[in-house]
Amino acid sequence: MITQRNMILLGIAFVALALVPAVSGLFLVYLVTEIMIFALFALSFNLLLGYGGLISFGHAAYFAIGAYACAVLLTTLGWPFLFGFGAAILLSAVSAAVIGYFCVKLTEIYFSMLTLAFAQLVWAIAFKWVAVTNGDTGFTGVAVPGWMDEPVRFFYFTLIVLAVCAYMLWRIVNSAYGMTLVATRENYNRAEFIGVNVRRIQLVAFVLAGTFAGVAGALFTLFNHAVFVENAWWTQSAEVMIMSILGGVGSFVGPAVGAAILLILDRSLAEITVYWPTVLGIILLAVLFFFPEGLMGVAKKAGRKGK
Amino acid sequence: MSMLTIKNLGMNFSGFKALNGINLEIEEGEKHAVLGPNGAGKTTFFNCLTGQLKPTDGVTHYKGKKITGLTPSRIVNLGIARSFQRINIYPKLSVFENVQVALIADKGMMFNLIRPGAALFRDETAKMLELVNLSAEADETAGLMSYGKQKQLELAIALSSEPDLLLLDEPTAGMSPQETVDSIKLIGDIAAKRKLTLLFTEHDMQVVFSIADRMSVLHHGELIATGSPDEVRNNQEVRRIYLGEHADDAA
Amino acid sequence: MFNNPVLTFIQLMNGISLGMNLFIIAAGLTLILGVLRVLNFAHGAFYMMGGYICFSLVGLFAGLPGGFWLAVVGSAIALAAFAWVVETTMLRHLYDRDHLYQLLFTFALVMIISDLVRFNWGTNVLSVSLPNGFRGATDLGISFYPTYRLLLTGMGIFVAISMWYFVNKTRAGRFVRAARQDREMLESLGINVGRVYMLVFVAGSALAGLGGALAAPAVSLAPGMDAEIIVQCFIIVIIGGLGSLGGAFVGALMLGLLKSFGVMLIPNFEIVLIYLMMVIVLMFRPWGLLGKPEAK
Repeated sequence: MITQRNMILLGIAFVALALVPAVSGLFLVYLVTEIMIFALFALSFNLLLGYGGLISFGHAAYFAIGAYACAVLLTTLGWPFLFGFGAAILLSAVSAAVIGYFCVKLTEIYFSMLTLAFAQLVWAIAFKWVAVTNGDTGFTGVAVPGWMDEPVRFFYFTLIVLAVCAYMLWRIVNSAYGMTLVATRENYNRAEFIGVNVRRIQLVAFVLAGTFAGVAGALFTLFNHAVFVENAWWTQSAEVMIMSILGGVGSFVGPAVGAAILLILDRSLAEITVYWPTVLGIILLAVLFFFPEGLMGVAKKAGRKGK
Repeated sequence: MSMLTIKNLGMNFSGFKALNGINLEIEEGEKHAVLGPNGAGKTTFFNCLTGQLKPTDGVTHYKGKKITGLTPSRIVNLGIARSFQRINIYPKLSVFENVQVALIADKGMMFNLIRPGAALFRDETAKMLELVNLSAEADETAGLMSYGKQKQLELAIALSSEPDLLLLDEPTAGMSPQETVDSIKLIGDIAAKRKLTLLFTEHDMQVVFSIADRMSVLHHGELIATGSPDEVRNNQEVRRIYLGEHADDAA
Repeated sequence: MFNNPVLTFIQLMNGISLGMNLFIIAAGLTLILGVLRVLNFAHGAFYMMGGYICFSLVGLFAGLPGGFWLAVVGSAIALAAFAWVVETTMLRHLYDRDHLYQLLFTFALVMIISDLVRFNWGTNVLSVSLPNGFRGATDLGISFYPTYRLLLTGMGIFVAISMWYFVNKTRAGRFVRAARQDREMLESLGINVGRVYMLVFVAGSALAGLGGALAAPAVSLAPGMDAEIIVQCFIIVIIGGLGSLGGAFVGALMLGLLKSFGVMLIPNFEIVLIYLMMVIVLMFRPWGLLGKPEAK
């Protein structure tokens, strides 16, 4: 629900983020920029998982398509920034539309596997189409326009893109369409029998999620000045799923919070122990068995008790 | 022309004939009951009419348009809504939202990405809940209500599609005697008020006679009798099969 | 390349032996998928564990006659035991949950297992020497061929026949088949479905361990080998059909041959072709080449 309280909280979060470069060093500016990129990726994913109940196992594909397309268009083809950035996002959307068209015909485990299969296909193309993607070595030296090629400026660019995208996603999940999407998640059959073309509703979710994942991917390329085949590998799809679950798929901001947790843990634990995946694995087990609604679920419950 | 014309409808589940050679015409405004013991094929019959199943034989026309082979959502859009024998609602959504979503779908707003869904059709939703006596429960979680109230909610959901033809699969199944009486009265009132054509299945004869003006009897997937309640009641075969075998239900 | 019959023959044999090794692993995965309906991403990690455990056991049994074979059996048993612990303490509590949670559970396992392997065996590439009697090459008439690879092929066929016999000819196998089709029916027959699940998970994981141990002398053991194998196993299982052993056999052969010939015919795009095959099968026959569509 769009409540005033939530709007105020989001506003505060935005202002707090905007103040980061003013009060902290470059390390934090980089970290928060990366968190914002993956937060957008996770938010896009949650449109499918949290709102549509669609367990996509190949969301990395659209991230990677956005990332590679942005790299190639700006660098190899030398397109002006706005055209390249826009076209990269458009390409993610179109790919998601084509792939989604086939995926939403399947349900449950088969849906998950087809999304995985397509994502692996995207990975294989990125891996083998060396002439365009530079294959295994990764596409490096991306031509980032000078005006944003500076950590703090890029931070604000990312913040604005994130804010705009998050606002759009927020409107979408609360829209008439968003409600219908939730209804298809809650009861596929009942939704059909109120006259909803469930597949088409799901396809729209797929395309929207793919589009915003493409935005995140394009940002990632600009941030790193590079993109690698690993960004299309299935573990990247797993990662965004883990982010969403950690934060909680039942709330709008949950996955973004999950992205922050994961990246902060990654940066801080990786310095202390090389066995940080184990720590993450254990955290994941704890979430699965004890806090299935994720961190935001816990926070909500605590909030309710507090009242 | 009849509202619904069913010709030679058959459903074959790998050799098992769940429905066989069903011919039936439903006139506009009719309240038609389909009787039959459990396993007679009533639910399969409904599933074949509403697109849940693709019948292996026969065609159905609704208002002159062929509906066999269409998807459930297309059929709903043409004006046929249904309820299910096993309650089929959105258990985790609120009662209000259950109906609101149905109205959003009915009014073709389901692809609207801009307008906040929660603000849409609030008056219409409230009116619909009032119609089925659920105004007080609007904010409750649908799945947590009593069985009878969930059935009422499902009726409201089906009505929200603004059907001309409403199919109700065992609308009183699992209800207490009092709930049954109330709900039958409610259905009868609504059908009259909204000039609905009603096709419903029932296993309880009492219920049938109180609202149906025509009825059919299904037995082992075949339609063995169609006519007015009196005609069917006095049909020899029906008496032999239905009353003989299921005297308890009929009593 | 086909004008060189010796080369073609060797590639054919390579494809078959690779396929047969993959079959052993994929058979376990398809069993688990078909019965438990769990997309087990940790299956590849189990395979990896099998390989590494075999490495250690080979060292342990170095003096014994048939030490390698003891190590192979030991690896399978170790994985069975490990799977038993995983199933009874954790996995069984997730069966009723959305399959998303099972998926995440298996991710958590992947992460923990790969760290365990790193912790215990380090990150250097390890290799297991070929067992006595299988070191050289055998004259197959057309050409010589590594004996151990012939053995891998034989083992795959042996596992295939034993599993076919078990599933189709034994009482326990009947339960497995029934569980694959209709859980409720099995319950109504008074069979402890939980036990069937546990045994299937243990047996399937033991197969992963066996596959890993047998592969150990033919591949190099390195972290990350799990992520690759699991994708290949998914391809096989999808192409063959969820839960179908015959399907896994055909799928494994197809993948093995495609990989060995693909490298020669379309050197850069064989991987693309493999994923394309997976996509096409799912698009037009989601239940796989040898599987059956599920009744709704």
